[in-house]
Amino acid sequence: MIQLERVSKRYPNGREALTNVSFFVDRGELVFLTGRSGAGKSTLLKLIALLERPTRGTVTVNGRSTGALKARHIPAFRRHIGVVFQDHKLLADRPVFDNVALPLVVAGAPLKEIDKRVRAALDQVGLLGKERLLPMELSVGEQQRVGIARAIVGKPPLIVADEPTGNLDPDLALEVMRLFKRFSEVGVTVLVATHDLHIVREFGSREITLTSGQLTGGAPDPLPSLVASR
Amino acid sequence: MALGTLTTRHTQALFGALGRLARAPLATAMTLLVIGLALVLPAALGLLVRNAESATGGFGHAVDMSVYLKSGVSLARARELAVEARAEPGVDAVSVISAAAGLRQFRQYSGFGAALDALKSNPLPNVLRIVPQPRASGPAALEALRRTFASWPEVDMVQLDAQWVLRFNAILAVVRRLVSIAAVLFGAGVLAVIGNTVRLEILNRRDEIEVTKLVGGSNAFVRRPFLYTGTLYGLGGALLAWLVLETAVLGLQAPVAHLARLYGSGFALTGLAGRELAVLFGGGMALGWLGAWISARRHLRDIEPRA
Repeated sequence: MIQLERVSKRYPNGREALTNVSFFVDRGELVFLTGRSGAGKSTLLKLIALLERPTRGTVTVNGRSTGALKARHIPAFRRHIGVVFQDHKLLADRPVFDNVALPLVVAGAPLKEIDKRVRAALDQVGLLGKERLLPMELSVGEQQRVGIARAIVGKPPLIVADEPTGNLDPDLALEVMRLFKRFSEVGVTVLVATHDLHIVREFGSREITLTSGQLTGGAPDPLPSLVASR
Repeated sequence: MALGTLTTRHTQALFGALGRLARAPLATAMTLLVIGLALVLPAALGLLVRNAESATGGFGHAVDMSVYLKSGVSLARARELAVEARAEPGVDAVSVISAAAGLRQFRQYSGFGAALDALKSNPLPNVLRIVPQPRASGPAALEALRRTFASWPEVDMVQLDAQWVLRFNAILAVVRRLVSIAAVLFGAGVLAVIGNTVRLEILNRRDEIEVTKLVGGSNAFVRRPFLYTGTLYGLGGALLAWLVLETAVLGLQAPVAHLARLYGSGFALTGLAGRELAVLFGGGMALGWLGAWISARRHLRDIEPRA
């Protein structure tokens, strides 16, 4: 589902965020991406969601190499990835319903289906009944879950989440992670960047660790033949 | 993409744009006012030209031509020539004013009766008085007709009795050119106003655009509401311009009718109609769309999601 081959990313300011990173995530896997702040976790997620392009190496998502993707194909590519952001990136002047519906509106789904699926997504994150509230009227944890609902509403085959539990209390954090686990059990690939090692241990899923932009552990290849080298 | 989906998207974009315009009524009104007034000037000039043309169209029969035959040409030959003249294209009516009749008229109107009596013979030639058809009363057609008759061997000279109509038509041609220039200048103004308004709106909604692109909104999807905004501005501006012109015409109708009556004309001032309305509204909307498109193309490119 996700394959990185010798990927390096150097920002225009000269900082090298990732150095020679290779790993593979299979369909339906739940993988945790761990490491200190600034280790390159966010950069890695941005490369996968095509918010950035690698300086060197190739990133392949869902069988498509992001390097070869033309600008006009990027929107369609992004519709197949649900992204959860650390700072939610919700529209402050739109109610919860509109925020969650945005990926479906953008994809041109019929109104009836939008209504049904938005409610289903909100139900999954425990926010049913709060459709008409503005993000400001919700707690930080609830806002985070609106962001998650938006990421899953389009039923993407891949979900990437950047510190989705950063603002949640331990119980809620666990709840959200269980949600991700459930998605992975129905075939959705989930990549979660987190520094909450406690939660990672609890789930016993595969863990990929970054240190100063380099892979330092926990990347046992489930399919070694597919990855040329590390 | 299914037609239904496309319709849904366009409806959403249209109502989204309408909603945003309605939520900022003062800013919208100011913009509409600027666009409306910019459209009024060329439209008003155009209206002026069209009304002036229809006013002088009534003068078509006032235009006539005196074809002076050479003094040796007999009255009988003059009658034959009149028949030939009637067959010329663009000629409505031809009458023969014989030398004798001419002299009688001259004696009657000029007051030189006694002086004329002193002449041994009639110094006046036979004359053909030619009335062109109204549609051949334009400057070019009249000139062509004049040249035709001037080339006849029996003709001494051709006098056009309507120099002022030609001059008036020339003035109208100048104003018509002014209309074109004003349309281009003010059209560019409308383009700039709408482009700038859309630019500000894009900057205002930067976050929304970024998030929309983030969840897979294509450029076309992001651009669409702005194109509707621009088109609506153009439509609203045209509507405003139309109202202003209608009001002006209404206010002018009575004095203009009075003036026309003094000239013995039944001319009445009329507002924009048919094709002209289509040009005003179509032009306004096209300018709005284009202004928004240029602006959106330029500024939406700069907004790319950065997580």
